[in-house]
Amino acid sequence: MKKLIFVVTLAIGFAFINACGGGEPKEKPKGFDADAFNEEADAGAKEKEKAAHESKGIGKFTNVEIAATLDAKMAQAGSGVYDLKCASCHKLTDEKLVGPGWKDVTTRRKAEWIMNFSTNTDEMITKDPAAQAMLEECLVRMPNQSLSDDDARAVYEFMRKNDGVK
Amino acid sequence: MKSNLIKAAVVLCAAVFIQSCKPQGPAKAISGDAAAKAYVAPGKYDEFYNFVSGGFSGQMSVYGLPSGRLFRVIPVFSVDPEKGWGYSEETKPMLNTSHGFVPWDDLHHIALSETDGIHDGRWAFANGNNTPRIARVDLKTFRTAEIIEIPNSGGNHSSPFITENSEYVIAGTRFSIPMDNTNGDVAINTYKENFRGTVSFIGVDKTTGNMNLSFQVLLPGVNFDLARAGKGKSHGWFFVSCYNSERANTLLEVNASQKDKDFIMAVNWKKAEEYIKAGKGEKRTVAYAHNVYSDKTHSATSTMEKEVMVLDPKDCPDMVYFMPCPKSPHGCDTDPSGEYIVGSGKLAAIIPVFSFTKIQKAIADKNYDGDYQGIPVLKYDAVLHGEVKKPGLGPLHTEFDADGNAYTSFFVSSEVVKWKLSDLTVLDRAATFYSVGHLCVPGGPTKKPWGKYLIAYNKITKDRYLPTGPELAQSAQLFDISGDKMKLILDFPTIGEPHYAEAIPADLLSKNSTKIFRLEENTHPYACKGEKDAKVERKGNEVHVYMSSIRSHFVPDNIEGVKLGDVVYFHVTNLEQDWDVPHGFAVKGANNAELLIMPGETQTLAWRPDRTGVFPMYCTDFCSALHQEMQGYIRVSPSGSAVPITFSTGTNKPAAETPAQ
Repeated sequence: MKKLIFVVTLAIGFAFINACGGGEPKEKPKGFDADAFNEEADAGAKEKEKAAHESKGIGKFTNVEIAATLDAKMAQAGSGVYDLKCASCHKLTDEKLVGPGWKDVTTRRKAEWIMNFSTNTDEMITKDPAAQAMLEECLVRMPNQSLSDDDARAVYEFMRKNDGVK
Repeated sequence: MKSNLIKAAVVLCAAVFIQSCKPQGPAKAISGDAAAKAYVAPGKYDEFYNFVSGGFSGQMSVYGLPSGRLFRVIPVFSVDPEKGWGYSEETKPMLNTSHGFVPWDDLHHIALSETDGIHDGRWAFANGNNTPRIARVDLKTFRTAEIIEIPNSGGNHSSPFITENSEYVIAGTRFSIPMDNTNGDVAINTYKENFRGTVSFIGVDKTTGNMNLSFQVLLPGVNFDLARAGKGKSHGWFFVSCYNSERANTLLEVNASQKDKDFIMAVNWKKAEEYIKAGKGEKRTVAYAHNVYSDKTHSATSTMEKEVMVLDPKDCPDMVYFMPCPKSPHGCDTDPSGEYIVGSGKLAAIIPVFSFTKIQKAIADKNYDGDYQGIPVLKYDAVLHGEVKKPGLGPLHTEFDADGNAYTSFFVSSEVVKWKLSDLTVLDRAATFYSVGHLCVPGGPTKKPWGKYLIAYNKITKDRYLPTGPELAQSAQLFDISGDKMKLILDFPTIGEPHYAEAIPADLLSKNSTKIFRLEENTHPYACKGEKDAKVERKGNEVHVYMSSIRSHFVPDNIEGVKLGDVVYFHVTNLEQDWDVPHGFAVKGANNAELLIMPGETQTLAWRPDRTGVFPMYCTDFCSALHQEMQGYIRVSPSGSAVPITFSTGTNKPAAETPAQ
């Protein structure tokens, strides 16, 4: 009886993970192998993170040209937008407040993904796997803060400054 | 066999049951497809917005048609603790008058703005009856943007009625009274010597909608009831119903019902404008409040105005005429062409229909039947298009469709009668439940009625709904008028007592609806634009809290250093920039209401703590999964306490948990 409950729990666990991760496992597990399970989960997470890292998200920004050096003036404008519309939920360190801290976000995500997420928030939360994963973690939908395209670009430049780009 | 028998019995019983339940009397009026016609599926939009007066609630309600679903109650003349209207520091000035702060009124009529005689979807005007005022509601924000008080008026009933390019809304006084600039301390029975009436013309700025009391016409001491502007060929004229031509000051029920005919007054307002330009107006000293709300400062200002220009018809010939109208006329409605003016005498057995062409001819021919208090009276027969014979009992109001038909409500006989303007024949009648007052056809008062539906606003519901104690629901009844015969398709309850209402195609408004107020444009002096700006400042015994709110925390959420005797002003800015995310704010023991703060807006709650202690405060509008976490504390110490002002969010932790610096 106990075993049955365990198996059911396991099945639900798998179903949940599948639902979150998307993509069917190649073959159904025959018995429970904790090591293999964890390994597979880790591999899944890594794969997802890699996909998120390469994703441009969903929205109007498909190709944003980023110079090697910082545009200080633009970063300054971005800092103003940050204070008004972002700082309530995002710290500049790696500490999570309502949303994740911004430290190193420009190395975790492409410029296009960040700018699409900040301007096309609802569609991204509904459709983009990386945005959905963040929602599962934070449990608060990121609000659309009505950033203009220029605002979004300026905030990205400010993020670059925060990540040490000179 | 047995089962067949049972089946048969069941069928029989059901049939009997259906028979016995078959609606008797009133409900016979329902036809089979009524439900489908009024049904708007979940998630689907209605065809029309219906702006309905809230009567003695003082507010304006917004329904969808044909579903009858209530979308919003717009606070106008009465305080609304739910929305902080009249409670927040920013909205209090909107209810200021020459009598000070007035928290209630009686809202009767709606007038939607027009361009070329057609709804333009910009503003809705409404009247405050008791303390005479006109309000303008912005149809982008669905909020009251402006309120202007009317001097020389008592019982502001004959308003607001609007001209075809929204040049003016007018406000006619129901009660005649001693004028504001005279000694009003007179014996009431000196009515005939001392009491006068006025009709006010309030100019509307073409771009901003801002109102300005342009001039008043000084008139004999009768009661002004309802009105309509001319349109098309009669543009430039106003028609106003008057009763109590007996000029009684007591027991009007009897004493104002003596004469066979009272009047419909015709005012040539283009002529009045010329007289004002020619300097014929007399500047009179009065006092009235003019209150304007700004969506940039998110605050209202109230200005006390001191003068009004008054035109006296005795100095201004050819400006005002009376037309005899049987008997104690109420509704006074112009048809879409502007040719016909329909008078509804509450006690009359016929409906007189006047012709604008004939009015012009009678004026040109000076075809007068003497004068009333110095104002020419046009001969009844000379201005009459004809009479609708035996239409019903107690005619009140008339609306129009685009096909030359009129619809008149009959209070006493509880029915709506459809009749033809050209030959005045009755085409159809439909029972209402019960005692119908105003009617609304979408676009009915304009040059272009949108038609399709007619709504009857009833005074009595008696047996129509589940009983709710002595006070029962007021109601609206929706008729499909797309065919030859009117078909009742829906009953729905309304707030307060519904008087006049207007309806407008949904797509004229929905596309313009404001979603957020932009933080960048917020110029409120106490705005907290970003958490960096959050602070608490003491100014004498005033403590100003510059507070921000976003899902799901306030900054600051721990406040100390307030002392008994202080007044705390919570200036809360909602930092959200997303549609449909208001935050609320409330603090324990406030002798006040909540704040409801729209995205990008700043609103202020004044709080006078009455005891020492620690007081919870929280967000009242469910905003996110962590809404229940959106809370804070404010500490109140004795007066003379040395506790300094401090404030924070997220850092005020026990000493043991605070790492050493």
